[in-house]
Amino acid sequence: MNAITHHIPDTMIAAYVSGNLPHPFAMVVAAHISLCAECSASLGAHQAVGGALLERSDNVAVSSGMKTDLMAMLDTPIRSEPIFDAKGIFPSPVMEALKGKPPRWKTLGMGVKQSILTEVGGGSVRLIYIPAGQAVPDHSHSGLELTLVLQGSFSDETGRFGVGDVEIGDENLEHTPIADAGDACICLAATDAPLQFSSFLPRLLQPIFRI
Amino acid sequence: MPQKKQETSQPTVWLVLVRDLRDRAAFSELFDYFAPRLKGFLMRNGTGSAQAEEIVQDVMLTVWRKASMFDPHRAQASAWIYQIARNRQIDIIRKENRPVPEELAQDPGSEPDASQILAIDQEAEHLKTAIEQLQPDQKDMIQKAYLGDLTHKEISIQTGLPLGTVKSRIRLGLRRLRKELEGLR
Repeated sequence: MNAITHHIPDTMIAAYVSGNLPHPFAMVVAAHISLCAECSASLGAHQAVGGALLERSDNVAVSSGMKTDLMAMLDTPIRSEPIFDAKGIFPSPVMEALKGKPPRWKTLGMGVKQSILTEVGGGSVRLIYIPAGQAVPDHSHSGLELTLVLQGSFSDETGRFGVGDVEIGDENLEHTPIADAGDACICLAATDAPLQFSSFLPRLLQPIFRI
Repeated sequence: MPQKKQETSQPTVWLVLVRDLRDRAAFSELFDYFAPRLKGFLMRNGTGSAQAEEIVQDVMLTVWRKASMFDPHRAQASAWIYQIARNRQIDIIRKENRPVPEELAQDPGSEPDASQILAIDQEAEHLKTAIEQLQPDQKDMIQKAYLGDLTHKEISIQTGLPLGTVKSRIRLGLRRLRKELEGLR
């Protein structure tokens, strides 16, 4: 596997650790950390800060019965939660969002497909499938967009992104990602606002395709 | 630099006992140490006393049940418990499940490595000292950030981890963060 060269910025990992990232971005960060030793290390460091703050926080006495109740609960059998392991190109946070099933692709034309994983308010996380050599229409962003490559690679005005790499787009990024030759490119993409396509026709289609 | 005692921190020792031996006495110690701190910590950002207690109970039960996931080569007990507590608090406040990363594969032949555990411990202790030495307003900012009161744009810590193994990277990450904190003074 090629080395990951585009990482999650440290500030975003701090925001993830402390629970400040909206859900769509948290999913991309969790998926990237699943693939990236460097960002996993950064996660550990930020958790240590949280731990240090926990250790030095004020002691507030808990109710007298809590400990007894808790000790009595230790042997209660656990309601087993399903565990979603990584499968193929999908790290476990993605498998969890897919509930262990294969993605349900919806075609967007030109061989491009998507599978929406979650959509809350204006934000969404989706898988995007781009055939090798195919371009995604010009679009700009009204908010933040994180794109994590899970298979293949794509290139745009800012560089080349391979498996594990994350591209961070914002209001200032207007780009035309093109899937490189070889395998089709599959990405996990999160936005906190609908994408804005630059050309007229795709903009009309946006509400239909929910992109 | 003054020589510090060469021992793993007490909470980490307790948690390893819970993990390996299902040791109830050690769990009881963990509870006495963390439950009041967790409650104080959770109440800092406006969670009420009753709800904070619910979360504390839930977190401590998770500590017991998921102790097998704890790896002292990567974190101190407090860091691991912090993440469980924050995730739980957010799940409850936002009514959603936080996506969590899968554990990266262990190094082959993962015998316990006492020197690595100690090194993680010492770096974490240095980090605590660095936090203690911050100006009050900076300390307050960091505290708010990790309690979830700041947006990621407001948390300004720079990036740039050098290469190395996962474990030594965590140590470097801790050291780098400490340097950042010291640089704030």
